[in-house]
Amino acid sequence: MEDIGNLTLAAALKGLRAREFSAVELVRELAGAVTRRDDALGAYLFFDTDAIVQQAAASDQARAAGIDKPLLGVPLAVKDIINVMGEPCSCASKQLAGYTALYDATVAGKLRAAGAVFAGRTNMDEFAMGSSTENSAVKLTRNPHDSERVPGGSSGGSAAAVAGGIAVAALGTDTGGSIRQPASFCGCVGVKPSYGRVSRYGVTAFASSLDQVGPLTKTVEDAALLLRELAGFDRHDGTTLQCDVPDYTAFLNEDLKGLRIGLPQEYFIDGSDPEVMSQIKQAIERCAAAGAEIVELSLPHTEYAIAVYYILATAEASANLARFDGVRYGHRTANPETVFDLYAQSRAEGFGTEVKRRIILGTYVLSSGYYDAYYGRALKARTLIRNDFAKAFESCDVLLTPVAPTPAYRIGERTQDPLKMYLGDVFTVPASLAGICGIALPCGKTESGLPVGLQVLGPAFGEERIFKAAAAMERVFKV
Amino acid sequence: MSQTIDVAYVAELARIALSEEERAAFQSQLETIVHYVDKINGLELDDIEPTMHGQVSANFFREDVPCDSLDRDAVLSNAPARTESEFKLPKIVEDA
Repeated sequence: MEDIGNLTLAAALKGLRAREFSAVELVRELAGAVTRRDDALGAYLFFDTDAIVQQAAASDQARAAGIDKPLLGVPLAVKDIINVMGEPCSCASKQLAGYTALYDATVAGKLRAAGAVFAGRTNMDEFAMGSSTENSAVKLTRNPHDSERVPGGSSGGSAAAVAGGIAVAALGTDTGGSIRQPASFCGCVGVKPSYGRVSRYGVTAFASSLDQVGPLTKTVEDAALLLRELAGFDRHDGTTLQCDVPDYTAFLNEDLKGLRIGLPQEYFIDGSDPEVMSQIKQAIERCAAAGAEIVELSLPHTEYAIAVYYILATAEASANLARFDGVRYGHRTANPETVFDLYAQSRAEGFGTEVKRRIILGTYVLSSGYYDAYYGRALKARTLIRNDFAKAFESCDVLLTPVAPTPAYRIGERTQDPLKMYLGDVFTVPASLAGICGIALPCGKTESGLPVGLQVLGPAFGEERIFKAAAAMERVFKV
Repeated sequence: MSQTIDVAYVAELARIALSEEERAAFQSQLETIVHYVDKINGLELDDIEPTMHGQVSANFFREDVPCDSLDRDAVLSNAPARTESEFKLPKIVEDA
């Protein structure tokens, strides 16, 4: 077997199908790597080797009986916000410490049906609220390229596990950049599918008009393989669209000739890290040299995206997290004297600081007297942002932007300044608000060795386009 | 806008008990954030339709047929306190 640290999902499948190794051998190798390396990395919240080996043994038996499935025997790490029946699902919150999932999220059920092996629960910002995984109530996750730096977030555990070579591939969720930004910080591939492409049933809700599940992988091909299994209509999630799921792997062998790549000028203004911008500009030059047509254009309402996002996402979060009341599940305070105390104390003790801050902000923007000024206006401003993208895609096939204005920053650097943390999401939230799809892929490194990612955005339900562009770019950047 | 936020009042609406230190920290942080998001007041939005989420689709209805629900004992296994067949809650009697 190839070194487990570099083993892609595609290579794992190939090796399993060719009987070069069994799923049990594969997961034992993986478990060994996790044991050796995760104390330093902190990517996993839970990794039950015995249970993983059992699943792998069952998949080996199936294969021996002549059965093959799209992901048979492939171990996948899962962000601790996605319910997998019988496994813990804590959302990295004290609120859900000890909670056991009662059913499979639709994406988990689909992966189970495809033969995947659930291999560990990854760390995250509590309830997916954060951009550095520092808001986990459980532990820190470190960037595999520099242990003093954050892995990004909120899917920081998934990104660190994949990039750190202790997961073959992983699932994350992206509300305002939570797959793309950690992929960029850690140097792996991450896809945020279009809103409505992947079911959220069984995924703890943060901001329901934005949340999407997607893959974090070592290659574009792996992301295509995984999204093909995740995507599709679900009767349990009314926002999923009833349309066919293309075979995304069919778009991976095209080149960049004639592809119209749009560069939104608002993503290239001063204020970003010069090393990041230099890497992005070199990447653009290489795309142009490979035959892509570069189109300069404008997304004029970009500067309002962070404001709109932090109004809408916190408003929705304040409603979604109202379910944590200490009654049916989750943390309950000891000896409350009134019903109000039961709720308010249980929530005070169960939620971390960032979650409280966002619930309070969301409650404020929805409260009487402020609803129209904030929530109402933000919904309308969202339309302008959405229209910007619709207009942009009239003159280009995909957009190319940085994922984040900086490489991974130091642990603790932004924890005391929430607004500064929020502003780091400037290049990822607009696509989330518009419901379009995006992929982050590595395009270079800073002088000190930190990965720099670029983002390719495509129109809603245009995942084929971003896979086509990203797969071609991946080859161009490697040459 | 840019008015002072009554953090204690909003936290009460949100049913979150705050310590005095938390309230004070949130006061300045939330004012900074609200001041920032006030920038949307610079937009002309009178004739703009709101976008509720990232996709335009029709309402979705499912057929009204019975289906399996979660097992009661499994559900109760995640409860902070339970009896044999029910959620157990502290006895709270408040004046009307």
